[in-house]
Amino acid sequence: MSPDPAHGQPPGPGPPPAAPLAHGSAPFPGLGPEAHVMVGNADLFVNWARKSSLWYLLFATACCGIELMQAGASRYDMDRFGAVFRATPRQSDLMLVAGTITHKMADRVKRLYDQMPEPKYVISMGSCANTGGPFYKDSYCVVKGVDLLIPVDVYIPGCPPRPEALIDGIMSLQKIIMRKKNYGAKA
Amino acid sequence: METQAVFDMLKGKFGDAVVELQGAGFSPAFVVVAPAAVKEVSRFLKEDPALSFDSLMCLSGVDYKEKFAVAYHLHSLKHRHAIGLKVMLPRENPSLPTVDDVWPAANFQEREAYDLFGIAFEGSKDLRRILLPEDWEGHPLRKDYKYPDFYHGIKV
Repeated sequence: MSPDPAHGQPPGPGPPPAAPLAHGSAPFPGLGPEAHVMVGNADLFVNWARKSSLWYLLFATACCGIELMQAGASRYDMDRFGAVFRATPRQSDLMLVAGTITHKMADRVKRLYDQMPEPKYVISMGSCANTGGPFYKDSYCVVKGVDLLIPVDVYIPGCPPRPEALIDGIMSLQKIIMRKKNYGAKA
Repeated sequence: METQAVFDMLKGKFGDAVVELQGAGFSPAFVVVAPAAVKEVSRFLKEDPALSFDSLMCLSGVDYKEKFAVAYHLHSLKHRHAIGLKVMLPRENPSLPTVDDVWPAANFQEREAYDLFGIAFEGSKDLRRILLPEDWEGHPLRKDYKYPDFYHGIKV
């Protein structure tokens, strides 16, 4: 990279480049070898906090709920990713729509979503919540996809998806959260 | 007790209100009963000690296109025998007396038949829709049911 003359940088070899700092592993001068410091902007910190405590609303309306329970239990243990269940929308960050949504249930889905505090995320789990699944054709009572009711962040295919797929969906949502811009001027 | 014997017994007691025996030799065979007599026949089937059909296993609506039917599957825990009861109804304004005071379990099943077929059960304790929302239009298991385009602004 050539030096920029506008900044008046003298030609010739500059100071040696500093070694890149690995997150949390670089001892700072004067703080001793055990001191760990992470430097970043506020977005990084806020997003990290949000993605690490994705409390999800227990919302199991069909057989996907069985896989959801299994993913939360000890064998798969979604608690490792900060995802624990809450029995009330008022304490939830994430709505895991696990199962078939009927037109009778649609009003309840919308109401539960409205009761959740911002910021809130939605994962649509399984074929029924994605598109209506096996009920897509010739069903008078099933909503053809929960995205007709509420905005969805991540879709997980499967009928029902295995717990590994659900965990992959949660990790995908965590990646999405890490890309969010919370502060600064909106473009 | 054999179904033919049950049929003869009912025929002797209720006469013309008991129309025919359908599917003799099948299990259970259906005794076809006139709509107005269904409650008396049901009470007799339950309370007669030789019959004592104390369990209503299933109550279903049927759409035969030109007519409706309500089918009752009865079982006796005491005698270990079973029989079916069937009531034919006209296509226009199908209605028949309720049996929920004979077998209380009939209430939910009658509500389901009312919800999905529009069959009215006169004198029922609580005849409301049970599966679909209260403001749903039409009865979806009827063969001439037309799907709505939208429900509460959501495409069906």
